[in-house]
Amino acid sequence: MKRVALEGSVAVAEAVKQANVDVIAAYPITPQTHIVEKLSEIVASGELDAEFVPVESEHSALSVCIGASACGARAFTATSGPGLALMTEMVFIASSMRLPMVMVLCNRTLSAPLSIWNDHSDAMLVRDSGWIQVFVNNAQEAYDHVFLGYRISEDHKVLIPYMIHMDGFFLTHAIEPVELVDQEVVDKFLPPYQPLYRLDPSNPITMGAFVMPDQYAEVKKAQDEALKASYQVIVEVWEKWGELTGRLYRPVEGFYLEDAEYAFLSLGSYGEVAQEAVEFLREKGKKVGLLKLRLWRPFPFEELRKALKGVKTLMVIDRAICPGGPGGQVALEVRSAFYKMDGPRVVDFIVGISGRDTTPEDYVKMFEMAPELLEKGPEDYIIYGVKE
Amino acid sequence: MKLSWREIKPGAVITEPGSSRNLRTGDWRNERPVVDKEKCNKCGMCYLFCPEGAIYETEEGYFESDLYYCKGCGLCAHECPQGAIKMVLEV
Repeated sequence: MKRVALEGSVAVAEAVKQANVDVIAAYPITPQTHIVEKLSEIVASGELDAEFVPVESEHSALSVCIGASACGARAFTATSGPGLALMTEMVFIASSMRLPMVMVLCNRTLSAPLSIWNDHSDAMLVRDSGWIQVFVNNAQEAYDHVFLGYRISEDHKVLIPYMIHMDGFFLTHAIEPVELVDQEVVDKFLPPYQPLYRLDPSNPITMGAFVMPDQYAEVKKAQDEALKASYQVIVEVWEKWGELTGRLYRPVEGFYLEDAEYAFLSLGSYGEVAQEAVEFLREKGKKVGLLKLRLWRPFPFEELRKALKGVKTLMVIDRAICPGGPGGQVALEVRSAFYKMDGPRVVDFIVGISGRDTTPEDYVKMFEMAPELLEKGPEDYIIYGVKE
Repeated sequence: MKLSWREIKPGAVITEPGSSRNLRTGDWRNERPVVDKEKCNKCGMCYLFCPEGAIYETEEGYFESDLYYCKGCGLCAHECPQGAIKMVLEV
């Protein structure tokens, strides 16, 4: 294992190379650009024997990956915000056709107003797309999850594409220490893809066919059950990676939760900042903890309930808004996880829309605001720091 | 084909070639094609144009629609150079 300083995007490109991907199709968009820029160099220089398809749109990028995966190739793409929006039709098709692949979504705000910065409005656009969805906190995790993604996605018990949510700029453009895994370890962990079904002229099959209403519900039920059942494989593969590398990932990861009465809940890179605030508040004697929600789909209901046992006030950090709805999507789901159960009261903070800076001091402020907000009622939410 | 969700293959992949025959689309039809054998010169244009492959050649060399599959689109009637095919409302 080698420890190097790498930009988050370059770390992802290295992982794609080491995972020996066969087909890469992508259209450049900020802040995903560096990933595919690096990958095109890697392919052009012969370091990786793969097809790099410079498509004319994101819709085509994922279409190429769908075709490649259907033929039994290992496929990769990456995109951001508006690119994902253009790709959305195919996002649902990839998962519904149960085609393994990995996509890194470099989270970016959806337009308008035009913004290139980070929030989770794009992630929430594809919340119900049926992909396995994971949020990463740093470059190392983004690197690791490329291997984990292929291993899980290609498992015949799973066959569901794997989306890695990687905060744009905060993670894609920051240079961080990354431990590169030795190629022999990767090769053993991730053997070549063995498809269950593949398009082959000598053994014709039909993929993505028309289905009448009298069978469509059964297809969707099978897909839903498969996504739920993938949970077991995800946990097992993550544990195996933990044994190999010492980096163990869990569907939910807690800090200072054991005796916590208050807790923050966050997705992605904001967890790292929240952690600093929690440590500061602990020094002041406040019983505050943090829960990082890593696995977004399938949603880890049981682990979440277990981890938050004893927490009385949960401060959810949402990075997107449900306009005209009940607040942010994360708070919405966490509340429903505790519906009619003895769970924490939820305060929903919508934070860092379009990448507005959120410092540890902001988390301390949110902690101080929470009791007053709770008095207003559990359905309330605020856009933190909005200028009145 | 009426499968329980447990019997659905991943992605609803179909491993049996030609299985679209199992779906008899004839009951989608509002109008059926009727051939006037006096006018028909057996050219086979209807057979070539049928988007469903539902038209077959009879022993006498005329062309007829398999009504289990004909959706009644009327393309054969539109294309027939002799004007020998009429679309008749199903009752």
